Amino acid sequence: MPNLDAAFSALADPTRRAILARLALGEATVMELAKPFEITQPAISRHLKVLEGAGLIVRRVEGTKRPCRLAPKAVAEIDQWLGMLRQTLTANYNRLDDVLAEMKTKE
Amino acid sequence: MSKLTLKTEGDTHVVVVRHFAATPEAVFRAHTEPALIQKWLLGPEGWTMPVCINEARPGGKIRYEWSNGQGGGFHITGEFIEVVPFSRLVHVERMHLPDPTPDNHVETNFAPDGAGTLMTMRMTLPDAAARAAMLSSGMEQGMEASYVRLESFINSFPRA
Repeated sequence: MPNLDAAFSALADPTRRAILARLALGEATVMELAKPFEITQPAISRHLKVLEGAGLIVRRVEGTKRPCRLAPKAVAEIDQWLGMLRQTLTANYNRLDDVLAEMKTKE
Repeated sequence: MSKLTLKTEGDTHVVVVRHFAATPEAVFRAHTEPALIQKWLLGPEGWTMPVCINEARPGGKIRYEWSNGQGGGFHITGEFIEVVPFSRLVHVERMHLPDPTPDNHVETNFAPDGAGTLMTMRMTLPDAAARAAMLSSGMEQGMEASYVRLESFINSFPRA
């Protein structure tokens, strides 16, 4: 069982969430990850260490590079974010269905 | 039964699609008339919208204030860019938590779909980080609702 506290505190940082969002598109190197952010490669490496420690990403060795990709668990976490937003919207639109039905009977 | 689809597109978009059993005119009105908006745009159970300003015309203002009835709440502000009665709304909005979040550019289209309406809402955030933050704020709200339900479940037990 991965450490849930570590996962949540890793997800609490917007840069780390953005890194995960980028990795959702596929494997990337530190250099590729640093590009869209205005932060240095060492700073990215520190974020990656936190994500790796939380079990959200895995890294492999390829020569001098250590490309990272999402751990399967991270995919589930990201899907959970979507799930929660989906839940809020579903509740709203179910209420909207009632409002629309009410408008129809008043016509 | 959920008729809602929600998916991410590219790095910065979120697309929501939902069918409604009502005309585009009715669905459009429910998105632009404050008295109607206040009945449904509420999020988790127990939340209300005491303040609802929606000036549906280009340049018109949006202000929604939510409250959980226990001193908690937040608000969004926004401006309309394009308003095409009963088919299309384009606006920008931001949440104040209390610092403003990056602008969310939202295009909402209402198209006839059989006897009802197909609503397609396409949100565009400035970058991947802003989108992840927006999606995770949905998570926090959803989690809050779960905790509230858990609390009332726990409180329903008779005390020993």
